[in-house]
Amino acid sequence: MKITDQLIKGKANLEVYSETLIELGQADRNIMAVTSDSRGSGKLTPFADKLPEQLVEVGIAEQNLVGVAAGLAAAGKKVFATSPSCFLATRSLEQIKNDVAYSNYPVNLVGISAGVSYGALGSTHHSLHDVAVLRAINNIVVVVPADNFEAREAVKAAAASDKPFFLKFGKKNMPHLHTADEKFEIGKASIIVEGTDVAFIACGETVAPAFEAAQKLNEQGISARVISMHTIKPLDTETILKAARECKTVITVEEHSVNGGLGEACASTILEAGISVPFKRVGLPDEETVAGSQAEIFNHYGISGEGLARTARTCINKIQT
Amino acid sequence: MGNIQTRIESSSWPSDNRRRENRPSWNLESGTWNLELGTWNLKMKKYTNLELKQKSIHLRKALLKYIKLANAGHTGGDLSCIDILNVLYNDVLNVSPETVNDPNRDRYIQSKGHAVEALYVVLADAGFFPMSELETLCKYQSKYVGHPTRKVKGIEFNTGALGHGLPISAGLALAAKKDGAPYRVFTMLGDGELAEGSNWEAAMMAAHYKLDNLVAILDHNTLQITGRNVEVCSPHPIAEKWLAFGWNVIEVNGHDFEQLREVLNAAPAVPRKPTFVLANTVKGKGISFMEDVKKWHHGVPSDEEYEKALTELDAQLAR
Repeated sequence: MKITDQLIKGKANLEVYSETLIELGQADRNIMAVTSDSRGSGKLTPFADKLPEQLVEVGIAEQNLVGVAAGLAAAGKKVFATSPSCFLATRSLEQIKNDVAYSNYPVNLVGISAGVSYGALGSTHHSLHDVAVLRAINNIVVVVPADNFEAREAVKAAAASDKPFFLKFGKKNMPHLHTADEKFEIGKASIIVEGTDVAFIACGETVAPAFEAAQKLNEQGISARVISMHTIKPLDTETILKAARECKTVITVEEHSVNGGLGEACASTILEAGISVPFKRVGLPDEETVAGSQAEIFNHYGISGEGLARTARTCINKIQT
Repeated sequence: MGNIQTRIESSSWPSDNRRRENRPSWNLESGTWNLELGTWNLKMKKYTNLELKQKSIHLRKALLKYIKLANAGHTGGDLSCIDILNVLYNDVLNVSPETVNDPNRDRYIQSKGHAVEALYVVLADAGFFPMSELETLCKYQSKYVGHPTRKVKGIEFNTGALGHGLPISAGLALAAKKDGAPYRVFTMLGDGELAEGSNWEAAMMAAHYKLDNLVAILDHNTLQITGRNVEVCSPHPIAEKWLAFGWNVIEVNGHDFEQLREVLNAAPAVPRKPTFVLANTVKGKGISFMEDVKKWHHGVPSDEEYEKALTELDAQLAR
């Protein structure tokens, strides 16, 4: 994108997931969606209507969801086990660890309404831990797409892969950050916009606010790079280190606890390479999350164009003093 | 240990003279037996009950040998389920070393993964890998770790955390239904394992999807690591629970080859219902001082105990 481009609203990434899965499912009858009474929230009702034989409903039983998905995958099915991320990543964690990752069957786990998408429903329904727990599981690809393009490409990549995947989707309509002809590669971050003063390394629904921050900073003569680190595992360490070497400060942004997520992954990468750069993690702090909508929660914790621009200025001022 | 080695090498292993057999399968749609010959190219010897019984004694000797060598293992549970595994792999399952990748092979998922030594010796005896490889059991860099893993030929899933086998098996059985494939799925659970909630999630779902190609076998030896099931957290009434969940329930003596063969070969026994086989077993079965004693859950015999166990098993062979 160009820094002056207006953001154009697209669809929710979840809707793109559903549309892509229908396309894939129509072409390949082995594509299956497994849901835990979550077809509505997963936007999979059209999939269920069009491809009823390819949807398996297990009821509100997330452990069984993942076990059944692993069994189906072992029999050659290309399975998308779809459930709210808050439940999928912890209620079913042992099934993810053993039945999918350790047993090495290519189940695609789809965490829907992720992060604080269910904002006002409270912490039971927030998933601020999913990336942290899955980063510690061997043999799973973790992808958090930023926009409709990344969402679509990630679903296609997961369907084509013989590796277990975890895909994380939110409910909000996301602005387009890519053109349809761009390249997408699992494990290779996307540079949304180039810059040299600040590097925002973000993922998922926080990439758009990072871009808005870059626009505000640009007006003030500060050049910001915005990176969509859509694949958190395996991590694109090359792009992280390049940013740490070329930019004056690095700010990570995630809709996740600051503990164990993208920020810590970047920090350890930079530190182990022996690079010293002013660094700031922006995300949800280790406290009971404030009540409110996703937008209100984002604003509260500075995950907004204005909030992130302010954080960037603070970081740069520190360097200069 | 030298003494043990001599004893094992001198024990004769039954020769494996398998023959081909074609297995009929139940066609759910037409409600008839599919007798299309040639679709099943089994290489399976038909053993007599006496031959299976003798084989089980050899298998017991083998699993004790490798537990002794590894100085680790779940001896009691191995001995309670070995007869069931013997019947599965030598009389029931349509799977062989040659057909481990055949999409239509029968699947066996060992939910009570800790009884892995029993599974390893049965697989080795059936030709999936050389028995001698089990000398590395639980050793540094061995693929024969203390719970089933897919690195071992013939093993379908990495199990050992309890409450996982039934959901996985339900998924496999559902895939067979979706594909109209003829294979059956067997899993074995421990009775202590019934406390895991995931079993009941899968029990509900398997009945909902009418997975008559699914058989869950309970190795009901009544003991778990802490003591009697009824004292730890009672699973009773067991049969009534599974009946209430919509399953076909059959109770058998888990050490009676006639009963095991009849019941396990009957799958799918009742159209549109999964089958639960409540197999009453004895923990430590076959070794007098291990039978029904909880300390043998993961007890390893001393040299003296090992010799005594072998003497007992040899005496059973001679009978």
